[in-house]
Order: sequence, then structure tokens, then C-alpha cells
Amino acid sequence: MNEAITLPGGVTAEPGMRIYNQKLGMWIFLASEVMFFTGLIGAYIILRFGTTAWALPGVPLEEGGTPLAINLTAFNTFMLICSSVTMVKAFAAIEHGDQKGLRRYLVATVLLGAAFVGIQVVEYIALAHEGFLPRCSEELAAVVPNCDLFGSTFYTMTGFHGTHVSIGVLCMIWVTVKAFRGKYTKENHGGVEVIGLYWHFVDLVWIMLFTIVYLI
Amino acid sequence: MATAAAAAAPLADAHHEELSFIRKYIFSTDHKIIGIQFLFASLAFLVLGGVLAILLRWQLGFPGEELPGVGTVAPKFYNSLVTMHGTFMVFFAVMPLLVGVYANYLIPLKIGAPDMAFPRLNMLSFWMFIQSGIVMTASLFVEGGAAGSGWTAYAPLSAVPQYTGASLGQQLWILSIVLFGASSLLGSVNYITTVINMRAPGMTLFRMPLSVWALFITAIIALLAIPIIAAAVIMLFFDLTLGTTFFLPADGGQPLLWQHLFWFFGHPEVYILILPAMGIISDVIANGSRKPVFGYHSMVLAIIAIAFLGWITWGHHMFQSGMNPLLGTSFMISTMAIAVPSAIKVFNWLGTMWRGNIRFHTPMLWAIGFVSLFTVGGLSGIFMASNAVDIFIHDTYFIVAHIHYVLFGGSLMAIFAAVYFWFPKMFGRMMSETWGKIHFVLTFIFYNLTFFPMHILGMAGHMRRIYDPTQYEFLQPYQPMNRFITISAILLFVVQLPFIVNFFWSLFRGKKADINPWQDNGLEWTVPSPPPHGNFAMTPTVYRGPYEFSVPGAEADYMPQSVPPSGSQ
Repeated sequence: MNEAITLPGGVTAEPGMRIYNQKLGMWIFLASEVMFFTGLIGAYIILRFGTTAWALPGVPLEEGGTPLAINLTAFNTFMLICSSVTMVKAFAAIEHGDQKGLRRYLVATVLLGAAFVGIQVVEYIALAHEGFLPRCSEELAAVVPNCDLFGSTFYTMTGFHGTHVSIGVLCMIWVTVKAFRGKYTKENHGGVEVIGLYWHFVDLVWIMLFTIVYLI
Repeated sequence: MATAAAAAAPLADAHHEELSFIRKYIFSTDHKIIGIQFLFASLAFLVLGGVLAILLRWQLGFPGEELPGVGTVAPKFYNSLVTMHGTFMVFFAVMPLLVGVYANYLIPLKIGAPDMAFPRLNMLSFWMFIQSGIVMTASLFVEGGAAGSGWTAYAPLSAVPQYTGASLGQQLWILSIVLFGASSLLGSVNYITTVINMRAPGMTLFRMPLSVWALFITAIIALLAIPIIAAAVIMLFFDLTLGTTFFLPADGGQPLLWQHLFWFFGHPEVYILILPAMGIISDVIANGSRKPVFGYHSMVLAIIAIAFLGWITWGHHMFQSGMNPLLGTSFMISTMAIAVPSAIKVFNWLGTMWRGNIRFHTPMLWAIGFVSLFTVGGLSGIFMASNAVDIFIHDTYFIVAHIHYVLFGGSLMAIFAAVYFWFPKMFGRMMSETWGKIHFVLTFIFYNLTFFPMHILGMAGHMRRIYDPTQYEFLQPYQPMNRFITISAILLFVVQLPFIVNFFWSLFRGKKADINPWQDNGLEWTVPSPPPHGNFAMTPTVYRGPYEFSVPGAEADYMPQSVPPSGSQ
């Protein structure tokens, strides 16, 4: 009986799934997010395999290699994965009623997420200076195969992911402020769990994007 | 045990605070008010879409002649008319009329919930819809005119402004579609969560009315299909503004990619437009026939089957694109397979009416109209599912006839049935039955006079979206038929006047409706008309399915879902 959901007005409804509305709603929303990134990644796959040549990693730029900074982004990926770990730690802390742990790990998550976005912006600026844009500079277009198409898909996919991380960081700051005001307790910490779901999803999407855009 | 006590506590206390007019009727979080807001907004867009249709029909029936009071239709404006007619009707009339209005209004009432799971998201969803509608309407008046690449916005026609002459118009079209998608997405998350988590005690999944089932499955389709069109139109937007090359063949992009993305959304979208109509019709037909829906479980499974098959048939819009014939054949087979669940539904509706004690009230007439015209549209659909036949009729008026048989004869008839059926619950007054029946008969006649001849035009090779059919020698003998269609379309538009007058007159002067004017079983008919904020004074308990009509031995020929079985007390 304890899992039954209480609605406004103190009424219980027939619990369809024994999880609360916000969490269920987030899972459903994430299903649509999966489809959104599927659309972008699917377009990338079709465009890439519709061409004869594509910039490959591990090849010098002059011989048709990728202009992307793989090592820097690998470090960035590592940071984003670490932020998922701190997110889990924050949730585990509040499950045990540990307010201090919650605050510490939420702050760490915010910082790691913000650093990820910062490094991505730095990478964008460096790439733009090299002439790598949705319309590549002539020098770059001469060596990178289908440079325009590569630029279009690269910026669209990573840009939308970066937007998602940025929104996540903003929401995470909001949750952190609430945590510092002591709004979450051992019994009531749905906000931390729901933002955590979103955060892990964004992390997972990045692992996919990093693999298919940078590594293969 | 505390929950049982809580369930028995009256809800009314929780909602006694008086809200200001703005919070109550404009920025309302009450699902019923939001549903009614959607009703007014999308009926206005329906009228706008109708006006656009009349203008483009005028050009086809009387090419180059002056429409009294309006003037002639220029070629570029004609392209915008075709595009915006389709866009407004699909996204701003039929889809919100079915989903925005009735998912919002009916789901909580029919499953015994006080409101949606996320009332504030629901409000946001409505206001994003209004924003997207304003942007789309504004695009009619910008420099260069509204988008002219068809409601399907095929690239590269849509991706290169010089091709249609519409630059800002196309960009606003995209912006509006993105806003609309966000609005639908918020709605879908809400509907799915509400149906899963907020059903009243005893309202098991297989006791839900078919309207709720259909709206639930529709919400799942929208949730998964809308992000695809969002991704596609955003890529198109970048092509137009940021210099990306997704759909520009000269720079390595692929126009066919647009078709795949669009129809991967577009075909499920077709079922977003028809499944809720099927659900609503099932409720109305059971009520009008005073019999349980024939094969309730098969109806539910047919909805799910249609929803699933809708995902693997998008290629049938692209038989002309030069795809591998083997692939084309697999799309043909999956498309034809949809005829099976569709036929199950049609035969079950007939089985429901068979030997029923039918009450021919206005909603029932519209429901019967739906079944007959949807059947015609479904049968013509089988023609184009066959890729050999489709190569001949693709992009002809045969397609136009088909889409209007399922979307006007199907969805819009169901919408009218729903408006007449739930009007007393929404506004506490009855609509005039006499004028409702006159509206139905005239609409049914002029509808068929307008759209049936289009089949013949299509077989004669009349292309879709052409500006002036008299330019083509082989179409000149068919010009009298084009003129006949135009006159019928104008009359079809005119005979909607009784509806508009009836709607507004009944809003203020209609006969007062009692709680259950149609003697129906749904939970919404156990609360006052209109229902108060919070819907139910006490959370209802559900004892049976929604279609217990004419039960042998029962006192009345209907048995509401929340009335306890006799002898149990």
C-alpha cells in the first residue's frame, strides 16, 4: 500500500507502474530524445556512406585525415563519464540522508559538466580557426574529403549534444541550490533522481557520438 | 491502510480556492479548460485551412479568372496556398482537434483522475501551440510569401530559396513546426504518464474506453515520431541559414535523405491523425447502437498493430524515388498488411451496429459517415500500396482523393461526432439535434461531390499541385469536372455555417444538458456538466468495462462503469 501514488487532494490512484509521475515522465521524455538523436545520427550514417571518401582518424591531415582533436576530446569524454560517477555518488548520498555528500557531489557534477562544455567551445574555436566549418576553407576542403558534409554533420550532432549538456548544467545548478537549502531528504529526493536520469542519458549519447564521429 | 482513508476523503475541499479569471480561463492548468482552449483555437485554424482550400480550388476550377472580391490567384501564391492548406489542416486543425482537444479533455475524465499528471506542462503545451500557430499564420504575410514547397517540404525545393521564391516564409514554417513539435511532445509525455499512472481503482487497462486506448497509443506514436521531423526540419533550417549541406546534392548532400526522414515521421503521423478518430467513433457507435463494442480486445490489438506497422511502411511514399524493387516490394507487403487490422476495426464497427437498437442521434450519424467514408479511403489506399499501380497514380488527384477520404471523410467526421457528443459535457448545454442532422446530411452530400470525382481526374492523369490544368491538352476535356469540384467545394464550405451558428448559439442558448444526456457508461457522464475543477468529488471505483449496454436482466439499457454491481451492497 505504501507505494500507492497520492494525487493532489490526498487521493490515491490505481498505480500503473510503481514509480512516481516525474520519474516516469522523464523516462518517456528520454524515449523521444533517443529518437531525436537517432534522426541526427541516422542522417550522418546515410550521408557518410553515400559518399566515396570520409576523413579517417589515425591518418595525417594531408592524406585525408580528420581535423578533429581526438586526444583533447577523449579527455573531455573521460570528464563527462566522471560526472556521471559523481551524479551517482550524489544520489547514493541523499538516499542515506547524507546532506553534505549530496552537496559536495552535486557541485562536482556541475563543475565537470561546465568544464565539458567549456572544452567543447575551445575545440570549436580552434577548429573554426583552422577553417573547419559547415563550409570549409579552401585549403581544408582540398585535403579533407567531403569537408562541407563532415562539418555539417559534426557541428549539428555535437552542437545539439552540447546544448543538452548546457541545459543539464543549468538544471543541475538549480538542483544544487535546492540541495544547499536543504530541500532534499532521505525520503524525498525525486528531483535528484530525475535530473540524474537525464544526466546519464546525455553522457550515454556522448559516448556514442564520440565513437562514431571521432573514432571510426 | 492510510491510503484507503485518503481515497474516501472528498476531493472538493482541496479545490475550493477561487481562481482569478486569468488563471481560470486563460493561463489555466485545468485539463478541461485547456481542452476547450484547444477546441476554439483549432476550429479557427480549420476555418483558415478551409478558406485557403477555396482559394486554390478557385484557381483550378476557373484558372486565371477573378474571384469576386479577392482577385486572381498568382502562380507563386498558388504554391503557398497548397502548402499552407496542407500544413494548417494537418498540424493546426485535425491533429490538435483530435489530440489537443480530446486527449486533454477525455483522458483524465474517462480514467477517473482529477487532472493530468503534469498540469503546468499541459498549459505550456497549449501556449506553445498558440505560438507556433501565430508564427505559421504570420508567415502568410512576410516578404516573399509563405512557404511554397508543399506540406512535405521536399528538398532541395525547400532548401534553396530561389526555387520557390519564399525565403523567410520557409524559415518561419520550420520554426513553427519545431514549436508545434515541442508542444506535441509535452502533451504526449503528459498523456502517457497520466494513462499509466493515474487510473482510478478498478480501471484496468482492458476496462479503458477505446477512445482512451487510441489516444494513449497515439501519444506513443507522436512521442517517437515528432523528434524525427524536428531533427529533419532543423537540418533543413541549417541548410537555409548556416550553410550546411544536408539536402543539397551539389555539395554532397542527399535530397532522398529528406524524404526518408520526412516519411519516417510522416507515415506514423498519418496514424496520429486517424487512430484517435477510430477510438472516438468506437465509443459513439457503441452508445448509438446500445450494444457492447464487438470484439473489444481485437479492437485494442488492432490499434496496437496499426501503430506498429505504421513504422515500417514509410517507403510506400517513395516508390517513385528509384529504390530497389525488392525493397519496394517489402514496403508494399508491410503496407498491405495494415489492411488487416483496419478491416478488423471496420467489421467490428459493423458487428457492433448489427441488430442493434440504433439511436440515430447526430454523433451517431457522423460515426456512420466515418465508417462508410473511411472504408472508401482505405480501399483506395490499397491501390497505391501496390507499387506497380502507384507508379501510375503517384502525384495525381487519385492521391488527393484518397487523403481527403481518410482525413476529411475519416478524421474530420469523427471530430464532428466528438464535438456533438461531448459538447453537453464541455459546456453544460445541448447542441441543436435538428441543425446537427442538417449539417451532417449536407456535408455528406457535398463532401462526396467534391472528392469522389477526384478519383476520376487522377485516373486521367491530372497531376497534383499544378497551377493551371488547362495548359495540358489531355486535361482540357476534364475542365468541366474541375469546375464541378470547385463549385461543390464552395458549397461544402458554405454548409459548415449551420455548424458554426449551432455551436455558438448552443453555447449560450442551448437546452440545458443533464449529467448523462446520451445515457452512456463512461466516467465523464457521472459528474456534473460541465465538471468542476478536480473532476470527481470522490475518486470513483470502476467495476466493469465501458460498453455494458443492453445487459439482459438489467433495469436500464446502460450500466455506468462506476455503479456497483447490484447485490454487492
